[in-house]
Amino acid sequence: MLLQVNNIDVAYDEFQVIWNVSISIDQGEMVALLGPNGSGKSTILNSISNLIQPTNGEVLFDNKKIHLLPTYMRTKLGISHVLERRRVFPFLTVKQNLLLGAWNGEAKIQKEKTLDEVYIMFPILSDRSNQLAHTMSGGEQQMLAIARGLMGIPKLLMVDEPFLGLSPKMIEKIKEIFNDIVNKGIAILFVEQNVKLALKMADRGYVLESGHLVIEGKSDYLLNSEKLKKVFLG
Amino acid sequence: MTIEIIIQAIISGLLMGFIYALIAAGLSLIFGLMGIVNFAHGEHLMLSMFSSFWLWTLLGLDPIISIPITMLILAISGILTHYLLIRYILKAKMIVQICATFGLSVFLRSLAQFLWTPDFRNVGNPLLEGRLEIAGIFIGQPQFYASLVCLLSFLLLYLFVNKSETGLALQATAQDRKAAETLGINSNKMFALGWALGLSCVSIAGTMMSNFFFIFPDVGVHFALFAFVAVALGGFGSIIGCLIAGIIIGLVESLGGLLIDPSYKLLYVFLIYLIVVIYRPQGLFGR
Repeated sequence: MLLQVNNIDVAYDEFQVIWNVSISIDQGEMVALLGPNGSGKSTILNSISNLIQPTNGEVLFDNKKIHLLPTYMRTKLGISHVLERRRVFPFLTVKQNLLLGAWNGEAKIQKEKTLDEVYIMFPILSDRSNQLAHTMSGGEQQMLAIARGLMGIPKLLMVDEPFLGLSPKMIEKIKEIFNDIVNKGIAILFVEQNVKLALKMADRGYVLESGHLVIEGKSDYLLNSEKLKKVFLG
Repeated sequence: MTIEIIIQAIISGLLMGFIYALIAAGLSLIFGLMGIVNFAHGEHLMLSMFSSFWLWTLLGLDPIISIPITMLILAISGILTHYLLIRYILKAKMIVQICATFGLSVFLRSLAQFLWTPDFRNVGNPLLEGRLEIAGIFIGQPQFYASLVCLLSFLLLYLFVNKSETGLALQATAQDRKAAETLGINSNKMFALGWALGLSCVSIAGTMMSNFFFIFPDVGVHFALFAFVAVALGGFGSIIGCLIAGIIIGLVESLGGLLIDPSYKLLYVFLIYLIVVIYRPQGLFGR
């Protein structure tokens, strides 16, 4: 297993939001983390990145315990995390944003080569390389955020709400890009509220409800599950 | 009043303006990076002037030669300030942050009085002395070189922040700390670097000023005040804003003093400041 999250609890101060959640991802897999608003999906990504530290349980990457390492040490291991709402650096150019994605270790050495690859994957970013990031549309910023994540040469790419606020055309484009990424052997873990959209792309899914894992499995299985309907329709 | 006197005032104003700009740049860099206002900025200036004074008194090093040493002293004290104090208050309420750096300023000033008494000191017989005369305009050599060194340092700082990899990582940390962390940038290290750079700016200005300014524990107060005005006037976090605002303050101070009344110098500076913030609260170059 590439990533294993074992029985984590997460709390914001006294207020517990995640109870005993375990998930795992294999190399080159695309996995969706599903659930209604406020069910704790982003919190799980954030605790894998140690933006918030789990109070219990452990996180293993390549069979090494990583949950005590600070956030910034994760890119070196091969984890890229694209935060919710893209979070590009607004007053830096597209190219500067991208190069900052290759800050650590091997990625830094390879950065010119990776940059070329990323430009081939996202031609629009190549066209706009000298534009300030905040002047681009939401979809373009999402592409930039994903591309910036890829600059770290990850084994696992975590993307928080990749489709939020995007046009149907842009959603199609991001879907294609996700398939390209997985075909390169990079695993993707993404958070999404639109169950149908997510499960048509992903190999597997995990469904959260108010901080508890309620159902998991292959996408086909989940799409036909009664329990899933209950979570989302109440 | 002759035209020479006016030109003289403009030049003196410009020269002081570049010095104000560098002091303000240090303040702005720290604020832009982590949202913390260094109320001890003036005291750091005072420390750099005293460092320069003692290096001259004890080791006979002229200020112009001791610049790298005072820079190192202030850079290290900046790093210590971050790791011993600022690190613990980054997520604290604003009032806590204000009290922390304000407390540091009171502490440093008192410490200077305790160790070195409130006496006025000066560096005697510095290498830079006398004045230059160009077409009937007189410029003090110490002032001229102080200003030149400050302007050059300012340009170097600007290039570093905007062109170097580390500079871009500093900007990234300033714009979105969490996102920078997820890319592998150690924000704590960046903050320490910000303090080291910010106080290095102050140390250059302080060392060069020790050539022509009296050195005493309260010397920084006036300059820190101008630095705050320059940062607010130029726009919070904008380095170029500091340069323009520094020049404006230098010119207003000098020309206002000449044309109206020198005893109200501070008044003109704050008046300009008020006018700008009423019409442009984000400052001239703020975003």
